[in-house]
Amino acid sequence: MKVRFDILRRKNAASKPYMQSFEYEYENGGMTVAAVLNELNRREPLKDINGEDADLIRWECSCMQKKCGACAMLINGRPRLACDAKLSEYGDAIRLEPFRKFPVVADLICDRTVIFENLKFIGAWFEKNAEIGENRAALAHESSRCLQCGCCLEVCPNFSADTKFKGMAAAVPLSRLLAQVSEDEKKRIFKAYSKYFYSGCGKSLACRNICPAGIDAEMLMVNSNAAAIWKRKRKK
Amino acid sequence: MINIIGAGLAGLSAAISCAKSGRRCRLISKQPSERAQSVLAEGGINAALDTMGENDTVKEHFEDTMRGGVYLADPNAVAALTENAPDIINWLLGLGAGFNIKDDKALLRNFGGQKKKRTAFAKSSTGKIIMTALIDEARKYEVSGLIQRFSHHELKDIVVDGDTCLGVVIEDSYTGGKIKCSGDVILACGGLNGFFEGRTTGTTQNDGSAAALAFSKGVEFANLEFIQFHPTTIGISGKRCLISEAARGEGGRLFASLNGEKRYFMEEKYPELGNLMPRDVVSRESYEISRRADCNGVFLDMTGLSQSVWQGKLSDLRSECIYYLGLDPAKESIPVEPGIHYFMGGINVDINHRTNIKGLYAAGECAAQYHGANRLGGNSMLGALYGGRTAAENAEDREIEFDMPQSFENVTLSPDIEEEFEKILYEGLGIARDEKSLENALEKLDKLNKNARTQLGRAMLVSALDRRESRGAHYRSDYSEKDENFRKTSISRLKNGSLETEYRDIPERSGNESQI
Repeated sequence: MKVRFDILRRKNAASKPYMQSFEYEYENGGMTVAAVLNELNRREPLKDINGEDADLIRWECSCMQKKCGACAMLINGRPRLACDAKLSEYGDAIRLEPFRKFPVVADLICDRTVIFENLKFIGAWFEKNAEIGENRAALAHESSRCLQCGCCLEVCPNFSADTKFKGMAAAVPLSRLLAQVSEDEKKRIFKAYSKYFYSGCGKSLACRNICPAGIDAEMLMVNSNAAAIWKRKRKK
Repeated sequence: MINIIGAGLAGLSAAISCAKSGRRCRLISKQPSERAQSVLAEGGINAALDTMGENDTVKEHFEDTMRGGVYLADPNAVAALTENAPDIINWLLGLGAGFNIKDDKALLRNFGGQKKKRTAFAKSSTGKIIMTALIDEARKYEVSGLIQRFSHHELKDIVVDGDTCLGVVIEDSYTGGKIKCSGDVILACGGLNGFFEGRTTGTTQNDGSAAALAFSKGVEFANLEFIQFHPTTIGISGKRCLISEAARGEGGRLFASLNGEKRYFMEEKYPELGNLMPRDVVSRESYEISRRADCNGVFLDMTGLSQSVWQGKLSDLRSECIYYLGLDPAKESIPVEPGIHYFMGGINVDINHRTNIKGLYAAGECAAQYHGANRLGGNSMLGALYGGRTAAENAEDREIEFDMPQSFENVTLSPDIEEEFEKILYEGLGIARDEKSLENALEKLDKLNKNARTQLGRAMLVSALDRRESRGAHYRSDYSEKDENFRKTSISRLKNGSLETEYRDIPERSGNESQI
């Protein structure tokens, strides 16, 4: 099978973006977009579809198995991990672009620093020891799975890099803290959740079904609301 | 400032330890901690917590680790590691790491090479769950300024003057700008996966260039011949994917299909530990039986596992099998093969994680410590956490001046040479090695351009050739027995561009301050 990759390229933040296409032949439809990008970059020299020399394609990659969030990008317009996107799911053309909500560094790399800065800004950590318990740990487990890849932020109509609302990528880590927070510091975490997530979420549910880790964000949100907004006592 | 290279478990542990004692550090990594290989760790972390009513002790954890490593590990380091293990898990619980717990205590599961339940776990995503808790903890110190993160920065140079490390130079991969970072350095840069790309369970980030750079600076490496093949991996797009040892810890059974007949070869041959023999043994047995003409593959049978185990302990492993193999392991056996998983060898460090270069430390998988000739499952995260902490406790916060180097060592190879290099290494360093294949590999390697990367690869081959015995993960088909004369650490270093090797004695057990 032959597939054409249309890649939105840019040398650096200041340069003009352009589309460049590459052809790739494959046999196994289970091959992922991530594996193709690695293969293309091993070509020496790399040539585009017109036989012109092309620079190596810059993108971020690490685990190749949906567990690290490095390779998040727009694939045919939808935010996905390149290592989660099997060729068999697509036709004979696949369009790759960097996320639009974050500043582009080069090619498919965008600077997602704001995601981490937001977590610092809202105080997402424990000052005191966590209060543990079976149910609490189960919730903590689910929220700990967040990759901080930014897919949920890319689709969110309420999030942008400069809004007070920090989006699901902040709410999920907060839900780990909310599940296990001790009496001594619950006010601080409750406030962070309410101020930086709850009050700004438009409930569009655009982030539903977008998480590459398949995190049950609604379940976490319901639990976080119960704790931080309705102040219900949490089951141990 | 203390400079930490790598923001996985060892790096985070080092950074938090520095910060807790009020010392400032730079936490330098190619990508944020969320992308580190540590998030892939699955099955669990060992500690003699004895929460399962089996009277487990630190002494047994020590003994199992030493035996598993076939007595190549430093016994004093292993004693310190195993003694500190229970406190480390309790610390993680206090940070709210979402372990599987009951009555506020960590549940433990069986793991290879250990008769008692000793492995604390979070389903089969233990690494990810611990990393999340540590990332949150480190964040607190980032805000207070004690930890300064450089999350898209590559190591360009380790600046060494004589026998002293002055600091590092790093490069911002977004802007290309270079930064001088003076002070003690802790390398926490992971294993040598990049020497075997596509053939390991690791990440593409761990490309081995930091190790090659260290090698070029005269840093000593140890036990490079010991490469762990994990018995249960599956091939996925671009790499090997791990099927956690937890699958067997929870009751999964390996069998070979011989002319259609199921042979549970591990249980037949090793009635006591069966499927939970140390990984070197399981991988070798699996490899041997798979080479028989009548063998149609080796499979992992998890069909006997209960619904509650699938839901509570292995739900993530199950969805992975369904996603990648299209097979539901609760209903049918899955085909598995050994794959490269861990490098016991690496930068040679003492019990305090010091290298032979003053002011330079190493911890985590990049360092050769704790695991000897074969690592027990569940000891890698423990080693990374404890090692990172130990390195940080010994590192000094000193300010040194140095000039920006004018040029930088090239430790990479062009893509086609790299491919050839990796092929050669794999031919020499498979599960079963012999003199002929190692000599062939060396001959081919010597035809490639010489730089620190190929020289480090050469050191791996030479170490494997010189060790004329079989021990742990190093199996020589031409010297299939263990030879006590080789109960030594193999050392490799570059001096004036040439490879030097030697054997050193394993430290004696001092036992002065220890309970075990």
